[in-house]
Amino acid sequence: MSETAANREIALECRELHKYLGEGEMKVHVLRGVNLKLYRGEVSAIVGPSGCGKSTLLYLLGLLDRQDSGSIHVMDEVVPLDKDGEHTRIRGENIGFVFQFHFLLPEFSATENVMLPMRKLGRLSPKDMEARSVALLEEVGLGDKTHRLPSQLSGGEQQRVAIARSLANMPGVLLADEPTGNLDVKNSLMVFESLTRLAKEKGQAVLIVTHNPELAQKCDRILRMQDGQFIES
Amino acid sequence: MSHNFRIAIRFLLAKKRSMLMSLAGIVFGVGFFISTQAQLSGYQELFIETILGTDGAIRIEDRIQATSVFVEAASSKGNSTNFFLSDENNRRFVEGIEHPESVVEAIMELSNIEATSSVLKGSVQLQSALREDSGQVFGITVDDHLAVSALEDQIDSGSIIDFRQAPMGVILGVKLAARLDVSVGDSLIIRAVDQQRRLKISALYETGVSDIDKKRVFMHINTVRSLLKKPHGVSFIQVSVFDRARTMIDSQLIENVTNHFTTPWQEREKSLLELFKILRISSAITVSTIIIVSGLGMFSMLVMIVMEKTREIAILRSMGYTRGDISSIFLWQGAIVLVLGTAIGCCLGVLMTFGISKLPMPSAGLFTAEFFEVNWSGWHYIQAVVAATVIVMIASLIPARRAARLVPGDVIRGTAA
Repeated sequence: MSETAANREIALECRELHKYLGEGEMKVHVLRGVNLKLYRGEVSAIVGPSGCGKSTLLYLLGLLDRQDSGSIHVMDEVVPLDKDGEHTRIRGENIGFVFQFHFLLPEFSATENVMLPMRKLGRLSPKDMEARSVALLEEVGLGDKTHRLPSQLSGGEQQRVAIARSLANMPGVLLADEPTGNLDVKNSLMVFESLTRLAKEKGQAVLIVTHNPELAQKCDRILRMQDGQFIES
Repeated sequence: MSHNFRIAIRFLLAKKRSMLMSLAGIVFGVGFFISTQAQLSGYQELFIETILGTDGAIRIEDRIQATSVFVEAASSKGNSTNFFLSDENNRRFVEGIEHPESVVEAIMELSNIEATSSVLKGSVQLQSALREDSGQVFGITVDDHLAVSALEDQIDSGSIIDFRQAPMGVILGVKLAARLDVSVGDSLIIRAVDQQRRLKISALYETGVSDIDKKRVFMHINTVRSLLKKPHGVSFIQVSVFDRARTMIDSQLIENVTNHFTTPWQEREKSLLELFKILRISSAITVSTIIIVSGLGMFSMLVMIVMEKTREIAILRSMGYTRGDISSIFLWQGAIVLVLGTAIGCCLGVLMTFGISKLPMPSAGLFTAEFFEVNWSGWHYIQAVVAATVIVMIASLIPARRAARLVPGDVIRGTAA
């Protein structure tokens, strides 16, 4: 892997990440010096038992939380540790998220939900934003339901809207936390297929946290985690 | 339209009932604030207009006796040293104005002085065919007095022209006429000291101030001179001004120049003006509680939205929305309710004020008026809007800050406080 990897573009890298949760006697060393590189166009899966630190690592890599030590680099840019404004900017420009629950805004239609990250970034005109939003929804198979509210969509459809939303700003990195954890087998496969296909087509680095071994097997790389560290498979 | 504003509107519309409750509170608070202030300041304005129309802006009265004392002290060398001692706190007065023409000539040099009227005042007994009552006679020169008062407008029956043409004519207040059971054209006897005159009622006036309408009697100054046996001087000079706001300064200037005790209307009616001020502040505080209560409603509504929308807030943050964006989404919600509430509240204030101004006054109190008095002032609207803005912004700021402080990782992981 190393030889091939050397020629590939790194989208995200972390070095010696440490993270503690809790206070005093309840303090737990969740991540114990994690090192990781995510490459463009590659889909990686993190698997491991509950509480091993998978989601915590994902939130740190997504700059939704702060590490106690170690460094994170996104698209060759070092992420400063204590600058919330910088975290928000880097996140908005380079990172897309898909969570176990879709977290769509219920007051907005599917198109409007997908447009939300674009509106914040402000790179496109409102007309182009809408066109891109509709195109992304078509790519996840929801071209005929663009104006529906989340409450008018099924669980699988809502999650596909969330995938379209995560791709809205063409981020270099896509982080997914149990994206199919709340879906049946059929919908799980459909969502996973949409996620990996689009990411590969658009050259994004995808990191999926999952408990589903079948889905993990379909990824380019499987990272096994235990007690806050990656272990050899 | 800003995207934060768009999100704010959607969040707000999702809570229609709570929003409408907060909106109604602000609408009624602002409306009541405006209408009560319009009423109270309407009465204050009526009161000021009435006192200016009856007693004038400035009254020049008794002459101030010189308080400076010349002292001569012998020095050790046998020469004498001269100096003056002044005792301002123990001022003494000589009753009336001995040379009113000189005083008038002096004060007419001041730019703000409009007109003057010299008045000779005295206590009298009035006797009609059936009854007797006491009164206070004001000896005036008709045209001079009309220039410094609203007497002509206050005539209820009879006419000023009749009075002008009748040297033995008299003008009575409606209340005094009712007590004496007389009307225009009737005769009555007026007694003072050891003199008495039979006079004919030329007109009746009504100022609306009970104390004036039941006591004050207007007669020609020469008739009063002979009745009171005062061939020279006057009791006071009534002065009208162009700009009533400058009266205090002019009054002080007149006192310094003429050496006569001078009172501006603000000082003369100080206690009642203070009462009006206290009433206005008191009613503003009382009515503001409605806005405060609606502000609390607003606060709880926004706190509820923050609690219900923590995941949406976290997801917005994950998309690149800054703490400032989240804060502004909640401040926009407050601003939308505020703008709608104050706009509708101001319209309600206009309607209520207009409605009140058309209500007939049920009974006469300190002074009378046909309808409830209101004062249309932009300041009432500004004050109401400022009060609502302060309260709503405080109510919005706390939830907005709370929303902005949420850590997205904690919320999504489910460990947010």
